[in-house]
Amino acid sequence: MSMKAWKTLTNGILKENPTLRLVLGTCPTLAVTTSASNGIGMGLAATFVLVGSNIVISLLRKVIPNKVRIPAFITIIAGFVTIVQLVLQAYLPEINESLGIFIPLIVVNCIILARAEMFASKNPVYLSILDGIGMGIGFTCALVTIGAIREILGNGTLFGMELTKGIIDPAIIMILPPGGFLAFGFVIAMVNRLTNKKVEHNPCASCGMNCGKLAEGREEVASK
Amino acid sequence: MKELLIIIMGAILVENFVLTKFLGICPFLGVSKNLSNAIGMGGAVIFVMTVASAATWLVYDKFLLPNGLVYLETIVFILVIAVLVQFVETVMKKLLPPLYKALGIYLPLITTNCAVLGVALLNIDRGYSFIESLLYGFGGGVGFTIALILFAGVRERLELSDIPETFKGLPITLVAAALVSLAFFGFQGLF
Repeated sequence: MSMKAWKTLTNGILKENPTLRLVLGTCPTLAVTTSASNGIGMGLAATFVLVGSNIVISLLRKVIPNKVRIPAFITIIAGFVTIVQLVLQAYLPEINESLGIFIPLIVVNCIILARAEMFASKNPVYLSILDGIGMGIGFTCALVTIGAIREILGNGTLFGMELTKGIIDPAIIMILPPGGFLAFGFVIAMVNRLTNKKVEHNPCASCGMNCGKLAEGREEVASK
Repeated sequence: MKELLIIIMGAILVENFVLTKFLGICPFLGVSKNLSNAIGMGGAVIFVMTVASAATWLVYDKFLLPNGLVYLETIVFILVIAVLVQFVETVMKKLLPPLYKALGIYLPLITTNCAVLGVALLNIDRGYSFIESLLYGFGGGVGFTIALILFAGVRERLELSDIPETFKGLPITLVAAALVSLAFFGFQGLF
C-alpha cells in the first residue's frame, strides 16, 4: 500500500476523526448512543453509505455539472440510504427498530455530504473507497466509545452484559437525552486534553454546506 | 381540538426537536452564538418545517401511497425539501424582499437540516392527518427556535465565565446544552 493510500485511510480514524475532531454528524452521535451496540449498528450503516456514495460520486465526478452537484450528491446518498433501510428492515429488524428515523436521516448526515464534496468529487475511486472506510471506522469508533460510556453509567451494562450490578446503581440520566450532551462534551474535552489541541468550535466548518460561514457572511454583509 | 393542542404543545415542550429528539444539532451549535442569528435561523426553520410537512404529506398520500412507491420515501422527501427550499427562496426574493433579507441567507442551509427531513418522516411514521402534520411541523419549528434562543442567551453568559482550559469551546457548550436539556426534561409527563 502506498504512503498516500495509507494516509488517506488513517486520516479519518485519528487525525480528522469526523465526530471527535471535525464534529460532524452530531445528531446521530447524540441520539443513538444509548448503548454500544446501537453505536456499532449506526456506525456500520453510515460506513456502507459513505463507501457506496464515495465510489459512485468519484466515478461520476467528471460527469456531474458543478452547478447541480449538491442535489446530485444528495440523490446518490439517498439511494444508498434506501438500500440500507430495506436491508435492515428485512434482516435486522431489531436494529432498525432501535435506530428508528436516524437510519433515513443518514441522508442529511454532514459527514457523508462533506466527504462527497471535499474528497470523492476530487479524487480517484480507490482513494475515495479508502477515505470512506477510514471515515466510517472513525465514526463507528467514536459512536461505540460514547455508547459504551453511556451504557455503563446509565444502565450498568456493556453490550448487554451486566457489569456494575450490586456495585454501583446506574444513573439513568446518562441514557436519557441530557446524558447524551454530557457524555459527548466530556469525551471531546478528553480528546482535547490528550491531543493538546482544541477542537475547532465551528461544527459546520468542514461540512460541504458551509452553514457557519454563510451565517458569518451575513454578519459581514449587515455590518457593511 | 384538544388533540391538536396536545400535538403542538408536545412538539414545542415535551419532545423538543433539539433537546430531546436530537434533530438539528448542527445549526443549534453553529448558529446559537448570538441572539439575532438565532432568531433569523429560527424563523426560517419554522417556515420551512411547516411548508415541508404539508408538501411531503401531500406527496406521500397522493402520489407515493396510491402508486405503491412507499420505499422511495427517503429519496423523494429529500428532493421535495430541496426543491421546496429553492422555490421558497426564489418566491420570497421576488415578492417579500424584507423577509428575504431577514431569513434568506439561512434558507439554503436548511435543506440538510435533519429537523426538516425528520419532521416529514415522523409525520408519516405516526400516521398524522394533513392538519396534524402541519401543526406538528409548525410546533417542531417553534420548539427549535425556543431552544436556539434560550441557548444563545446561555452562550452569551458562557463567554464571560472562567472555564477550565480543556473545556473551552465545544465541550462546555455541550455540557451547558445538557443542563438546558435537563430543564426541558421537566416537561416530560406534562400531558
